[in-house]
Amino acid sequence: MTQTHTADHAEAAAKFLHNASRATWHDQSLWFVRAKRDKAAQSLPEWEALRERASAIKMHTVTHLADYLEQFADRAAARGIVVHWAPDAAAHNRIVLEILQRHQVGRVVKSKSMLTEECHLNPYLEQHGIEVIDTDLGERIVQLRHEPPSHIVLPAIHIKKEEVGELFHKHLGTEAGASDPNYLTEAARGHLREMFLTAQAGITGVNFAIAETGGFVVCTNEGNADLGTSLPKVHIACMGIEKLIPRAADLGVFLRLLARSATGQPITTYSSHFHGPIAGGEMHVVLVDNGRSDILGSDDFRRSLSCIRCGACMNTCPVYRRSGGHSYSATIPGPIGSILSPLRDAAAHHSLPFACTLCGSCTDVCPVKIDLHHELFTMRSELGRAGQIPWSKRWSMSLASWAMQSATRFNWLGGLARTALRWLPRFFIYNPLNAWGRHRELPPAPATTFRQQYAQRKRQQTKSS
Amino acid sequence: MRVGLFIPCYIDQFYPDVGLATVDLLEGLGVEVEFPAAQTCCGQPMANTGCNDSAQPLARRFVEIFAEYPYVVAPSGSCVAMVRHHYDHFFHDSGSTSQLREKYLQLRDRTFELCEFLVDVLKVDRIDGRFPHRVGLHQSCHGLRELRMGSSSERVECDFSKPAQLLATLEGLEFSQLQRQDECCGFGGTFAVSEEAVSCRMGMDRIADHEQAGTEVLTAADMSCLMHLEGLLRRQRKPIRVMHVAQILAGRAVPA
Repeated sequence: MTQTHTADHAEAAAKFLHNASRATWHDQSLWFVRAKRDKAAQSLPEWEALRERASAIKMHTVTHLADYLEQFADRAAARGIVVHWAPDAAAHNRIVLEILQRHQVGRVVKSKSMLTEECHLNPYLEQHGIEVIDTDLGERIVQLRHEPPSHIVLPAIHIKKEEVGELFHKHLGTEAGASDPNYLTEAARGHLREMFLTAQAGITGVNFAIAETGGFVVCTNEGNADLGTSLPKVHIACMGIEKLIPRAADLGVFLRLLARSATGQPITTYSSHFHGPIAGGEMHVVLVDNGRSDILGSDDFRRSLSCIRCGACMNTCPVYRRSGGHSYSATIPGPIGSILSPLRDAAAHHSLPFACTLCGSCTDVCPVKIDLHHELFTMRSELGRAGQIPWSKRWSMSLASWAMQSATRFNWLGGLARTALRWLPRFFIYNPLNAWGRHRELPPAPATTFRQQYAQRKRQQTKSS
Repeated sequence: MRVGLFIPCYIDQFYPDVGLATVDLLEGLGVEVEFPAAQTCCGQPMANTGCNDSAQPLARRFVEIFAEYPYVVAPSGSCVAMVRHHYDHFFHDSGSTSQLREKYLQLRDRTFELCEFLVDVLKVDRIDGRFPHRVGLHQSCHGLRELRMGSSSERVECDFSKPAQLLATLEGLEFSQLQRQDECCGFGGTFAVSEEAVSCRMGMDRIADHEQAGTEVLTAADMSCLMHLEGLLRRQRKPIRVMHVAQILAGRAVPA
């Protein structure tokens, strides 16, 4: 679904930072996860070899995707799983709705799935009179707040426990002012238990689908995917076509990397393997393209399809930690989202690849070795070519380029600028248009440049020799 | 050994002593340094902003100017990373430029950041000198993760840092211990202006880390990070002093 508004990250980030203590808390919460991940990674001497292996498996899979998809579809069908193909989000939503309507489902429980977020499935089903209950605790919290998740693994990381207390008091009838995480979690557990018992269908995402077996794996820490698919007779699993891996033997590589990268756990609490419908039930898998084939055709951005949605690039990103997931106005925030979103809609997301210092921490943390910061760098020039860079930037850069194409011009203009900095009154330089100077001093402007001093030194050396 | 010295545009204009310290350091090690006066900028600001059309003529100029040197050395990891990793596509079109591309490919492997050059080419294992101060080393990102001048905290690898290795040989020098050993300072080129709020917040967080670690002199192999951090330090009148690695290695005194 195309977002129509143009989101400016810088503006949203500045707003987020306005509350400095909250920004500190957000940064530290995510850094805590990053530090936990570091410890978990350091505990495996083979970590870098695992990353290399995972990257190779993913690149092999996406470059043979058609074959593996067919193999998966055949083997899944042989297991009694109904396989659906959705070229885009709209087709995906229609397929899911049609299945639910056929079974006269009024309430569906859903475990975490970024794909259904991408397709905006919840509002679509709600429009058609179906109640959707997100069963991941964090997702349920943001759902009750009518907000999108701010992080793909930790959807409610931007919300404090006191705020959850207020929310639960209002919606679940917990005691006013209660903020004890155990108490609140217990309340949510009771509330969700009721939903699991009364839902007529369960929707899950897919972490890994295995071409060789026709089965798939869903990872949760709360067991909500199991609960949501054990009682209802209908299970619909929604997956992007890039979630495929060739063999069951490859799974170990990814499960080890995923949990450690996401939260620093040695293993996700529940890695649930699905190999067919429960007795008397139905199991559906919806394979969704929604722009992925286009990315597959791009040499510059193909590697972004390797993403296993661990969220490590968000936790490590110094900009994400200080601007919050919502500042990206995108289904997937942070470094990987800043590649995927403009690929989908450049006009709406043109500011995202610039919400980045190109520090490269995301690339080094990525368990499947996506060259994230290089893709962000390349995306900037793609946006330049597509005319999606503000004229102020384009104009100043072409002016700077013109000045720099001649040493004489550069020296002359540089001298002019330094003289101005030396002699103009302070209020003239530190004006509202000078964004650098809002919180920073400009460097002191010396009377002579390096090249002048160097030339003088050379002259003296020649004289004295 | 003959070296073409590349002094990044803003260092030429604003930090002449960083350039002079680089010359002193290299000449002190017996290197014959030449500064080709036609040089200006490597084109990184334009390329980072997505303006390749503006960056390309500068990349081509750079190669034309420096092709004749057996080595090119710059006191900036970020500019060297630009030349080494982000230049190739500027030389891809047909015709007369294929010769230029040949020149570039040869130049690419001979272009070094200063500390890299000292450690990897000159095999310097100690610098004679004294610097009795508590030094906070900022691991500038492009040097760290593009040039691999040190191990990054995300990867599982042996600990090393080329700038730290050189600094550690100075008598009396002590490193401050940071809580986040290699987090970005928030400069990021035009990011510093277009994302001013995040940029400054990142810088202030870095400074707070150096304050808790007792840093007296903050140093880095990239002056751009230091320009940003020093701008914040000076605005807030904080006592931490800022020096480029070349200045410390060349025996400069701590600025007042």
